[in-house]
Amino acid sequence: MAEQHKVLLAGADERDLTQLAEYRAIGGYRGVDKARAMTSDALIDELQQANLRGRGGAGFPMGRKASLIDRKSPKPKYLVVNADESEPGAFKDREVMARVPHRLIEGCLIAAHAIESTDVFIYIRGEYLAEYEVLAAAVEEAREAGIFGDVRITVHRGAGAYICGEETALLESLEGKRGQPRPRPPFPPIQGLYAAPTQINNVCTIATVPVILEMGAEEFAKTGVPSSPGTAIFSVSGNVVRPGNYELDLGTPMRELIYEHAGGIADGRELKAVIPGGSSVPALSPDQIDVPLDYDSLGAIGTFFGAASLIVVDDRCCMVQLALRSTKFYMHESCGKCTPCRVGTRWMVQILESIENGTATHADLELLDSVGDNILGKVLCALGEFAVYPVASYLDKWRDEFVAHVEQGGCPFGSSSPLEGILAPSDQHAHSPMAAEALV
Amino acid sequence: MTSLYDEIQEVRARYPEGSRSAVLPALRLAQERDGWLSRAALEEVADALEVTPAFCYSIATFYDMLHLEPVGRVTIDVCTNLPCALCGAQEVVEAFESELGIRAGETTPDGGITLRAVECLGGCGYATVVAVNDRYRQHARAETVPEILGELDG
Ligand SMILES: Cc1cc2nc3c(=O)[nH]c(=O)nc-3n(C[C@H](O)[C@H](O)[C@H](O)COP(=O)(O)O)c2cc1C
Ligand code: SF4
Ligand code: FES
Repeated sequence: MAEQHKVLLAGADERDLTQLAEYRAIGGYRGVDKARAMTSDALIDELQQANLRGRGGAGFPMGRKASLIDRKSPKPKYLVVNADESEPGAFKDREVMARVPHRLIEGCLIAAHAIESTDVFIYIRGEYLAEYEVLAAAVEEAREAGIFGDVRITVHRGAGAYICGEETALLESLEGKRGQPRPRPPFPPIQGLYAAPTQINNVCTIATVPVILEMGAEEFAKTGVPSSPGTAIFSVSGNVVRPGNYELDLGTPMRELIYEHAGGIADGRELKAVIPGGSSVPALSPDQIDVPLDYDSLGAIGTFFGAASLIVVDDRCCMVQLALRSTKFYMHESCGKCTPCRVGTRWMVQILESIENGTATHADLELLDSVGDNILGKVLCALGEFAVYPVASYLDKWRDEFVAHVEQGGCPFGSSSPLEGILAPSDQHAHSPMAAEALV
Repeated sequence: MTSLYDEIQEVRARYPEGSRSAVLPALRLAQERDGWLSRAALEEVADALEVTPAFCYSIATFYDMLHLEPVGRVTIDVCTNLPCALCGAQEVVEAFESELGIRAGETTPDGGITLRAVECLGGCGYATVVAVNDRYRQHARAETVPEILGELDG
């Protein structure tokens, strides 16, 4: 079986790395000492040379972000770790926090030194209770061992809102407000948390930082592919034989991940589609899966690396049902600030429902395209786009299926699709008999 | 036993003075005590944070995990997002519905159990994910639903 290349998760199969002593036994926290022996300028140069690209979705180089922090500002500087992980399909940050929390904490201390910060916040999604407990205990253990110096690390729990993964919504939420994105500029490195210079990175980005210190930026930059060095933890879910997380070099062919690591399509079915970056990105058809898994290669075929999360879909699945369930998610999670997103996602759901139940006409397919076009580029944050990208790709690549719904006056797949009748939170009976009583 | 007021003051001290960052942890503390956020609880939190109840209400309405209505002593959240759905989440929801005699979104008449369909819980590779009082049960299938419910009685 194909081997993984464990760098972020190195050592976790052999030892209980949630324990400080165990992490230290494999050389843990030596990177902090190395970093603290450097000036922050030299450290930022090192990080820039490593060319580590953000693992949260956009792929912006982490070192470059650090170089944008206004370190001369009289205000405190903040480091914020985005552990909100709510993208459907993504479950990599969770494994890092549960299994190698000290590598994340070490990354925080190094990054904090680079931007001259003494205040670190880790914003973890509220649903991750077990992971919170492991991480909070590791923070406590490292603090008591005196590793923090003058740095404070606060683990802050969210309370269930996908939008709080968007970095400016996260900052609002962390400031105690409703998690609604901010207009930009100003960007967070200039004016972020509490209006002070703020570096925000994904869990896996920060957990890779100790690896850079250990290897040296020059060596790190030679791993993976030149445009995207290093490894990524790929979350594979859906209709494969062995779903799960696989840490692999960037540039590994998608086919190898799906067919060798994840064991191919389950139950002897055929591959129909791969949504490669979490549910918010355009899907690929089976003829496109020889693509190398890195930011630029995926970008070149019209999709995104996103959250390194592959949702594999087999031939039983109806693409209209897939689009409908996906859009209900984005409708439910829209923060409501921009009309095209708030109303557009709802409208998309209604059109998709009519296509699925057979009452739509050809004109409705055009309407669906146009509602999407009227969201793209007209909203404050990328959530609106995330609602449209996948649906537009299904409509483009599997158009005959949409047309068949219209022409046959119903779903050709019916209950043979696993998504038939799938409930979303927005479909459920919101008022229980108990709640009604309580209101009296 | 420390009062909610004192606990909230402790949490407040972790954040910069004058910020409202403690509102989420404070609302969580109130909900952990009562199971949900009643009007009285929102007023209590507001008082401890020196903000208005309306502000607390505006926050509580934004986040899915904060309940403005009573929920059962046990909450069962079944993920029905794409990866779990592709692996049979709907059958898991239906099995819970028929075992409990309620629909998703409802609470059993004795106030014991609330069943909900929820968005992705971040366990997509271990579908179907069910959170029982926020503790994840992974690889749930329709056939394992009686077992999950059986564990609640013990
Ligand atoms: C709607 C939306 C949700 C997002 N959710 C997450 C998330 O859960 N985790 C994450 O790291 N980034 C998420 N992002 C991306 C962040 O805005 C931001 O780009 C990222 O945290 C930066 O970290 P990085 O440079 O290390 O990738 C989301 C973006 C959008 C628009
Ligand atoms: S695009 Fe949607 S989620 Fe983003 S700010 Fe606008 S309404 Fe909110
Ligand atoms: S889709 Fe169910 S946990 Fe992600």
